[in-house]
Amino acid sequence: MSRDDAKRTDTSVLSIRGLTVRLPEGADRDFAVEDVSFEVGAGEIVCVVGESGSGKSVTAHTVMGLIPRKDLTPVAGEVLLQGDELLTKSETQLRALRGERMAMIFQEPMTALNPVMKVGDQIAEMLEIHSPMSAQERNTRVLEVMQDVNLPEPEQLFHSYPHQLSGGQRQRIMIAMALALEPGLLIADEPTTALDVTTQAQILELIKDIQRRHGTGVMFITHDFGVVAEIADRVIVMQHGKVVEQGAAAEVIGSPQHPYTRMLMASVPSLTPPAREAVDVERPALTARNLNKTYGSLGWFKRGREVHAAQNVELVVHRGETLGVVGESGSGKSTVARCIVRLIDPTAGEIMIAGNNIAGLGERALRPYRRDVQIVFQDPYRSLNPRRTVGQSIVEGPMNFGLTKQDAIVRARDLMNVVGLSPDALERFPHQFSGGQRQRICIARALAMEPKVLIADEAVSALDVSVQAQVLELLDDVRQRFDLAMLFITHDLRVAAQVCDRIMVMQRGVVVEQGRTAEVYASPSHAYTKSLLAAAPGRNTTFGAAAE
Amino acid sequence: MTDTPTSSGKTDELLAVPPSSASDPNLAVLLWRHPSIFWGGILLSIMVLIAIFGPLFTGDPIELNPIKRLKPPSGESWFGTDYLGRDTFARVIYGARVSLVVGLAVSIIAVSIGLVVGMVSGYIRALDAVIMRVMDGLMSIPGILLAIALISLSGATMMTVVTAIMIPEIPRVVRLVRSVVLSVREEPYVEAAIASGTKLHLVLIRHILPNTIAPLIVLATYICGSAMLTESILGFIGAGIPPEIPSWGNIMSEGRTYFQLSPWIIFYPGIALAITVLAVNVVGDGLRDTLDPRIARKM
Amino acid sequence: MIGYIFRRILATVPVMGVVALFVFLMLRLSPGDPAAVIAGDYATAEDIIRIREQLGLNEPIVVQFVTWIGSLLQGDLGISIFTNLPVTTLIGQRLEPTISLTLTTIIFTVVVAVPLGTLAAWKSGSLIDRFVMLFSVGGFSVPVFVLGYIMIYVISMELRWLPVQGYKSIFDGVWPFVRHIILPTLTLSVIFIALVSRMTRASVMEVLQEDYVRTARAKGQSELKVLLRHALRNAAVPIVTVIGLGIALLIGGVVVTESVYNIPGLGRLVLDAILKRDYPIIQGLILLFSFVYILINLLIDLSYCFFDPRIRY
Repeated sequence: MSRDDAKRTDTSVLSIRGLTVRLPEGADRDFAVEDVSFEVGAGEIVCVVGESGSGKSVTAHTVMGLIPRKDLTPVAGEVLLQGDELLTKSETQLRALRGERMAMIFQEPMTALNPVMKVGDQIAEMLEIHSPMSAQERNTRVLEVMQDVNLPEPEQLFHSYPHQLSGGQRQRIMIAMALALEPGLLIADEPTTALDVTTQAQILELIKDIQRRHGTGVMFITHDFGVVAEIADRVIVMQHGKVVEQGAAAEVIGSPQHPYTRMLMASVPSLTPPAREAVDVERPALTARNLNKTYGSLGWFKRGREVHAAQNVELVVHRGETLGVVGESGSGKSTVARCIVRLIDPTAGEIMIAGNNIAGLGERALRPYRRDVQIVFQDPYRSLNPRRTVGQSIVEGPMNFGLTKQDAIVRARDLMNVVGLSPDALERFPHQFSGGQRQRICIARALAMEPKVLIADEAVSALDVSVQAQVLELLDDVRQRFDLAMLFITHDLRVAAQVCDRIMVMQRGVVVEQGRTAEVYASPSHAYTKSLLAAAPGRNTTFGAAAE
Repeated sequence: MTDTPTSSGKTDELLAVPPSSASDPNLAVLLWRHPSIFWGGILLSIMVLIAIFGPLFTGDPIELNPIKRLKPPSGESWFGTDYLGRDTFARVIYGARVSLVVGLAVSIIAVSIGLVVGMVSGYIRALDAVIMRVMDGLMSIPGILLAIALISLSGATMMTVVTAIMIPEIPRVVRLVRSVVLSVREEPYVEAAIASGTKLHLVLIRHILPNTIAPLIVLATYICGSAMLTESILGFIGAGIPPEIPSWGNIMSEGRTYFQLSPWIIFYPGIALAITVLAVNVVGDGLRDTLDPRIARKM
Repeated sequence: MIGYIFRRILATVPVMGVVALFVFLMLRLSPGDPAAVIAGDYATAEDIIRIREQLGLNEPIVVQFVTWIGSLLQGDLGISIFTNLPVTTLIGQRLEPTISLTLTTIIFTVVVAVPLGTLAAWKSGSLIDRFVMLFSVGGFSVPVFVLGYIMIYVISMELRWLPVQGYKSIFDGVWPFVRHIILPTLTLSVIFIALVSRMTRASVMEVLQEDYVRTARAKGQSELKVLLRHALRNAAVPIVTVIGLGIALLIGGVVVTESVYNIPGLGRLVLDAILKRDYPIIQGLILLFSFVYILINLLIDLSYCFFDPRIRY
């Protein structure tokens, strides 16, 4: 950094002291952020970790001045950027600093870029705002920074629109934009959360590399401890708007002090599969043979655009066993799940449930088999009809199969106990529950059908890590208790390692590898599986080792 | 609110306020936050009361009085008289009945038909393409011209006027219902219901239909307002309700010839109409903001 | 891109077909003898026979439809019963005033409504926003002709600033044309401005919530540029769409406005046809207006390519 500010008192790029931000009235607590203090030094990556609602994002947005001050008012403390107090700055003064001395990248690079503007122009806009460069100079500089973030063929990408780029390329554009003016502080708000694991590894590498070369101070917000282990120099742990622990990365991860941090560390699923009892008897509950799903190629004028979402997929799940299906987005893992539940119609192949092929059955003929296969979805907020009580949602299925209302309610009350909720909650509506609780309700709803096969389609992916651990435990518990065959769809290798007996890796609609979980993790045979495992963040770290 | 999904994008955890609950807020609070419903509702109630009871207190709206032709507003006849000496005030009061009945009838029938067609179109793929092409075609025919043609072919009665105004409104309802159905049917809770063997008609009624109600109520008020306007336009150009019925459109139509001489014959019914439609639209806006701001775009 | 344009054009064919079929069936399926209905209350038996012949109502319905579509494709909209002139000729005579009025209205609307709506969205909740919303709800509530008469009364009769009624062609001098077209344009624009400003406000407000607007602000971009370069450009598609859909509203308004201001355009042609029960003219005009509407909306669909690069497939 060439900037030598006279006012700079120490090497801190960012220094937050006693920051308190008030929430609007009617919120569930008074302050979004309370008495938060930490520093980000030049050339240092500081990870701010916490579960949702911890206030980490509010802190970042407050620094950038991107928060509507009438909703979220900073009421105490100071935020110093290279020695300059930001909280007292006017909107115009802040605007001059944004981009120039502090820059930000966001979680979802698709929506963070203007869809109707060429990406080169979007980077150039940064220069246009803050520098007196001519158009010619700007273009040169844009190509320079695009090269700097390892974008291939910058001259061509310059004229591309965001939708023509891959997720990783978009995030590189965002980083290039943020770094165009060499700001002292880079705030990264969950920048890899929306990316696939292999892309995530590349972007993390890039951020580390750039930060090292330019001496940028990075405030990196994440909920993923794998990422923290991968990238952090120092760690700030937040909970309910307060900093509960901070320190060097190795210390916080290796020997967490605060109970909350310890609990979090204990919740991080290990990449090493635990020893699992072998499923003793061969009792296939679900068999899929040669399952295919092809999209597109319909209509007279849309020739040639066929997408093979699933190709010749073969799988068997036995009772009492969990089969994991892992893969990145677009691998076809969810397509397989939805075909088996028959929410979509497979193009070809067999799906055998209890000795019957249900792949081609019409809705009426299919209905008797519906109860045998149940599914739990990813998004707990959309999985329950907001207008119906939890009880109504749970009894709907059993009543379709002839149970009387009284019997169905009795069953629902039992299941509420099984999933760890009070039976009295049946009268309540979904919005009165947290995400984890709703996911429990969804599990109860699926179990109410007394299924043979339970499909969990990214069922814990939307949950915070501590809640995730509990729901995983519940899933494993009900699998044993009800002798279920479980098909566990996930993109998260850590989660898969913990709950799956066997594992199936999918890439672009094709199963590339299948085997016992421990064996696949220990010695992957397919190159893609190897790259997935190699990309898993924090693979060499043991979380909270000293605390145990 | 301890475990909101972190992948939810925009709102993320920025505002840790609980998501606006579906539990209905207290009515007083609702009216306080959306005064437009309150004031629009009051205005509308007054117009409805006038329509129901007004004609009991005024003179006969069709009584001729050749001596008092084209008299300006006075203490005796508040809104003046027309070219046959009929009392404009009595006629305007009576006209409120016609307008409100037409508006109400059109919106109820159009919404009912559109709801059924839209649900079918949204859920049965085989019929969707055909239905939507027909709706597109219907939408391309300017509503007023369509109404004019229908009325001129089948004769002007209250029935045909309501039908003619209603038909061009149907595509709007169909499109709205269809778009709600299409988005809701992808919701996991609908898929969960299907996966647990719920029959199609129950899925539609239990899980999809309730989502259409709020936007339909709003759309119904807009249709009501626009139907009243269309009715008056048809009356005004002489293609509406039979001229012997004193609808606001008919009164104004008769006033055209004498406009330069006695503008009140047009102004008073015009103002009455504007106030009524305004009240309906204001209530509609208020309901839209209250029930669901996101549906605003689909209107 | 070419494929997209081709598909869009092709997609209008069934819609036009539906319109044609609808218009065709309307007469044939109406209750009673359509010839008698068209002939009117004072027609003689010969009149009815003549009309039946003229409209080909004696043929089987399929034959009627084929002949009808055939002549339609050749640009033949039939013969006016009252004047015995081809409907196309009558339309040709009345085209110019209507085109002038709609064009001035669309231009005036866009110039006023888009900035107004954008401003309201940007300053949402402010006094300007409230004014725009009030204007728009008011615009939807006042009947076009009442507005017209109020304007005539105030501006032409009381203030005597502009002529009361009538129309002067632009070819007979720009100034007389402008003086005569101002009031009709203002009258007709009100509801259209209400519609477009409301949609502009809603779209811009939605776009302002988008992540890329936050990105632009995070870059330190000024609010004006955020608004123009990022928000408005992305809001363009719904705005342009509503302008296209609003054409239907406009056509209805033209009929009334021409009647109020005594402008000899297509709207007046419709009204005269209603009074004389000249059904071929009504039918011809419905077809014409519908096809114009479909065509304009096709052009708007194609313009999406220009506004949104994602549409090029």
